Amino acid sequence: MRELLEGSLAVAEAVRLCKPGVISAYPITPQTHIVEELAAIIANGKLRAEFVNVESEHSAASVVLGASAAGTRSFTATSSQGLLLMAEVVFNIAGMRFPVVMTCANRAISAPLNIWNDHQDAITVRDSGWVQLHAENVQEAIDLHIQAYRIAEDPKIMLPVMVNMDGFILTHGLEVVELPEQDQVDKFLPAYKALYRLDVSNPLTFGPLVDPDYYLEARFAVHQTHKDVLKLIPVVKEEFQKIFGRPSGGLVEGYRLDDAEKVIVAMGSVCGTIKDVIDALREKGKKVGLLKIVTYRPLPIDEICQALKNVPRVAVLEKAVSLGSYSPLLSEIRAVFSGKKKSPVISGFVIGLGGRDITIDSIKEVYKRLSAKTISEEYIDLKAELLEESI
Amino acid sequence: MKEIRIHARAGQGAITTASILGFAYFLEGKFPYAFPNFGAARMGAPMNAFVRVDDKPVRLRSQIYEPDYLLISDATLLRGFNCFKGFKDNGVAIINARHDFGIPEHKSGQKIYLVAANDIAMETIGRPLGNTALLGAYVAATDEIKLDSLIQAIKHRFSGKAVEQNISATQKGYEYIKQCRLSKQSEEKCLAR
Repeated sequence: MRELLEGSLAVAEAVRLCKPGVISAYPITPQTHIVEELAAIIANGKLRAEFVNVESEHSAASVVLGASAAGTRSFTATSSQGLLLMAEVVFNIAGMRFPVVMTCANRAISAPLNIWNDHQDAITVRDSGWVQLHAENVQEAIDLHIQAYRIAEDPKIMLPVMVNMDGFILTHGLEVVELPEQDQVDKFLPAYKALYRLDVSNPLTFGPLVDPDYYLEARFAVHQTHKDVLKLIPVVKEEFQKIFGRPSGGLVEGYRLDDAEKVIVAMGSVCGTIKDVIDALREKGKKVGLLKIVTYRPLPIDEICQALKNVPRVAVLEKAVSLGSYSPLLSEIRAVFSGKKKSPVISGFVIGLGGRDITIDSIKEVYKRLSAKTISEEYIDLKAELLEESI
Repeated sequence: MKEIRIHARAGQGAITTASILGFAYFLEGKFPYAFPNFGAARMGAPMNAFVRVDDKPVRLRSQIYEPDYLLISDATLLRGFNCFKGFKDNGVAIINARHDFGIPEHKSGQKIYLVAANDIAMETIGRPLGNTALLGAYVAATDEIKLDSLIQAIKHRFSGKAVEQNISATQKGYEYIKQCRLSKQSEEKCLAR
């Protein structure tokens, strides 16, 4: 059914359609509307699930870890400081191979305190073993949540999935969306049957102490599974399209890449703005394109290489930093081409930190910088005058 | 594509206003993207809400810098803020104000209507919540959508007696601008100089 919905409420509806048995969360802006709505959905009898109120995000993550260990489909959502407080448990959920799905309403990290959007929260736990997906718009956020459970619960995978959606821009934005029907979701997503679960009549231990004889293999196994995730996601995308009738998700999405000479690589909602700029520049004969990363973990190295290898100049545009080094996605895209015979010239641009608005002009500026002879590692829209201020 | 910028203070219902307006466009088959921009996250702080609307899904995610239409929920924002920044040369603004006070210089092609929306709200709702009256005025001033679409959007958003109260406010805001636009002469009286 076509509706006009706020991103958070749309995601709550998507989660309801996936029928989780346990939801636990602690409210944090800009994520709050998602779990508020889910609490209402459960209280109104529209979803048979237990909503566990907790005193912190650390506990919220622990509750869904425990619920998943007991063999129940589980959901939580958070943002920013909440995700950081969860961090210890986030790593445990992946290490114990529990197929939890979590929404991260992406928001900047303190200090200074900032409630607005960037990607630093998700990037901070990128090495935890979770699959990380990024939505460009509200429709994609809905679709990725439904796909997330399919990916997470696949017997060959058994890993948690984080669906990222830009805080405020998507969580608080109202868009026209196609809300799936329950029978479509049921067809796409069968009931969860845990391979292993906590059971008093068949006792098992999850996450025990392992000595140096075993730890390396446990970590390597998760790494290997990420390779299987790369194989599974295109299959899931295809099956999703068959049932729901629209393309959604996948590893990467190319936009006007044929013959493109300058390509931006980016994730999340900014891709929409970039597409508009590309259409305008293409009308003037400029050969520009976009490579949208939908799946950030595992990083689809082969697809990125294939899409960009013949592009002369690439700009990696990202809403996160690795202070003291190259920004995270820039380092990774450069690493993709390390040792390859053909490689684009890759520049990196940090943009939109802490909700700094990304305008059409900001994106045009990035394409303009790509015309320069030298490569760039720059912050776009930086206010030089603020850096000069002193007490 | 049309872009609408709402100026308000946090707590005055700008997000609700944007979502009602977005829903009215949605009922007419358009693709709105309605979204807020919070300043300091506290009651009374200046904030914006936006509606960007097109015949196809909106992809552009930036705030609105060159609005076609302005809705100003609180005229005190005109002091100290340039609510008209980037306002299109042929744009239409609707300000919740009894009288012309401190309206900054504007271009001859721009139409700036003053609507005593809070007075209408006191009369219809019993509280100074002028947003639905402003929306009614918006429909009459811009001819963008049908009044009925807006009324349907209000029915969708509110429940109980608030439905009738807000529909009444909407109709009064709409009628006020309709009367203004009957002739050039009558319109002059409703426009800010």
